[in-house]
Amino acid sequence: MNQTTDQAAADTILSVNNIEVIYNHVILVLKGVSLDVPRGGIVALLGANGAGKTTTLKAISNLLRAERGEVTKGAILFEGNEVTDLTPNDLVTRGCIQVMEGRHCFEHLTVEENLMTGAYTRRDGAAAVKADLELVYSYFPRLRERRKSLAGYTSGGEQQMVAIGRALMSKPKMILLDEPSMGLAPQLVEEIFEIVRKLNEQEGVSILLAEQNTNIALKYSNYGYILESGRVVLDGDAAELRENEDVKEFYLGVAGADRKSFRDVKHYKRRKRWLA
Amino acid sequence: MMFLLEATISGLMAGVMYSLVALGFVLIFKASGVFNFAQGVMALFAGLTLVGLMEKFSLPPWAAIIATIAVMILLAWLIEFLVLRRLVNQAPIILFMATLGLAYVLEGLGDILWGSDVKLLDIGLPQGAVDWLLDDYNLYVERLEVAAAVTAVIMVVVLAVFFQKTRIGRALRAVADDHQAALSVGISLRTIWVIVWSVSGVVALVAGIMWGSKSGVQFSLSLIALKALPVLMLGGFTSIPGAIIGGLIIGVGEKWAEIYMGPIIGGAIENWFAYMLALAFLLVRPQGLFGEKIIERI
Repeated sequence: MNQTTDQAAADTILSVNNIEVIYNHVILVLKGVSLDVPRGGIVALLGANGAGKTTTLKAISNLLRAERGEVTKGAILFEGNEVTDLTPNDLVTRGCIQVMEGRHCFEHLTVEENLMTGAYTRRDGAAAVKADLELVYSYFPRLRERRKSLAGYTSGGEQQMVAIGRALMSKPKMILLDEPSMGLAPQLVEEIFEIVRKLNEQEGVSILLAEQNTNIALKYSNYGYILESGRVVLDGDAAELRENEDVKEFYLGVAGADRKSFRDVKHYKRRKRWLA
Repeated sequence: MMFLLEATISGLMAGVMYSLVALGFVLIFKASGVFNFAQGVMALFAGLTLVGLMEKFSLPPWAAIIATIAVMILLAWLIEFLVLRRLVNQAPIILFMATLGLAYVLEGLGDILWGSDVKLLDIGLPQGAVDWLLDDYNLYVERLEVAAAVTAVIMVVVLAVFFQKTRIGRALRAVADDHQAALSVGISLRTIWVIVWSVSGVVALVAGIMWGSKSGVQFSLSLIALKALPVLMLGGFTSIPGAIIGGLIIGVGEKWAEIYMGPIIGGAIENWFAYMLALAFLLVRPQGLFGEKIIERI
């Protein structure tokens, strides 16, 4: 994963190198996060609330600046090019789009209009856009049924589908998917993740996935990074992470033997494991 | 009976004039959630620029109009660059305050550039009464007001098509709904703002031309913005047809109130009737007749 040969660089679609993010000039949120996403891979970014998952994604898509956040150190490379100073618009044009946490559909637009906004940056003609609309409907048949409804009146699951479908309309090479499971029933979460996997396999879209639901995220991804208070504390193949004792205990909810305070155990164990 | 008809027609025409101003508000509110207090001053500024260009450079009306449109687009770009860009992600009240300041700046700028005296605006719009109505039916209808009505209809149709059917129109509505999400799909807020302020500048120019032709281009033009407020409350801040129908209701309502209630509670009802009507509407239907429903899922 961390090879620096040209071969490896060509196969890495996104590379985040040691970035630091500060909000409002004072609040340090990311303290040196590095990660790589291989072309065609699904990489999970895991961690608790406030660990910095969303900030990392927004730093990549550059939505950060609209929230008074700033990447102050490090570099972000998309397909080998520095993208840290681009606008979100530029990034979408280059093929990297974010699906925001909490879905963020355009409530007063119909489902179909929502999808069409995703094609805003495209310049390849109405026919190609129309074909992609059909493609999105083939992945999300439920959206075709509801295409004339206002997005604000659709269910949470349908809105998540709209959000992903809308991103797909930009013909992305890579989707930054933030917390797709949020507020959805377990069954629906599975359904959405199945579609995400299908998109990855059939359309070749690389995916960087931020999730709190470690269990399902590791089930559907190839590689994972675990963030804790703005740092990557652990990374590895998804299968390995699922077997890792720390991950099991802290993120998968498999209890360890007689711990008194969760926090103490965590620190103690981690220190032991990292310093050993 | 003839009298009532005449009053109604005159009310409708006055209403169209209100609607022209209200339209500019709706456009900016729809696309950026900002209540642009400077809309009335923009109409004044556009009118002043138009007259100024015609007088100082003795341009023919069509050339002056095109030049004024260019000025309004430049103005939109400047507003985006100097004001809006600096206030991204601030609360709506802050943006509102900014437009308040903008109103004063524009007013001053208009004064400095073109002077503050009342100017006559004549771009060759028809004046006087419509003859055949006057001769055959004894109805007095201003030609200018008919022209305003026709212009308003054309403008509404064009804007409705623009908003509903075009890619940019869709993007405008998307930005109105959710800035962040619009950014995330690659819509550039800056471009959208420049477009929407330009369009609303052009609408202000049309309003400036109509009002200016009617009563001269003068400072009080910026105060017609106040009459646009009740129109918006009635029609809804986010609806283009609402701005038109709201204007018509206010226009006719004022005239009728003057005729039927005037003798009972004393005159000058026209001055405050619109605001009373708006207040009543706020109590019953706060989003206005055609405003977007506040979507709440339970």
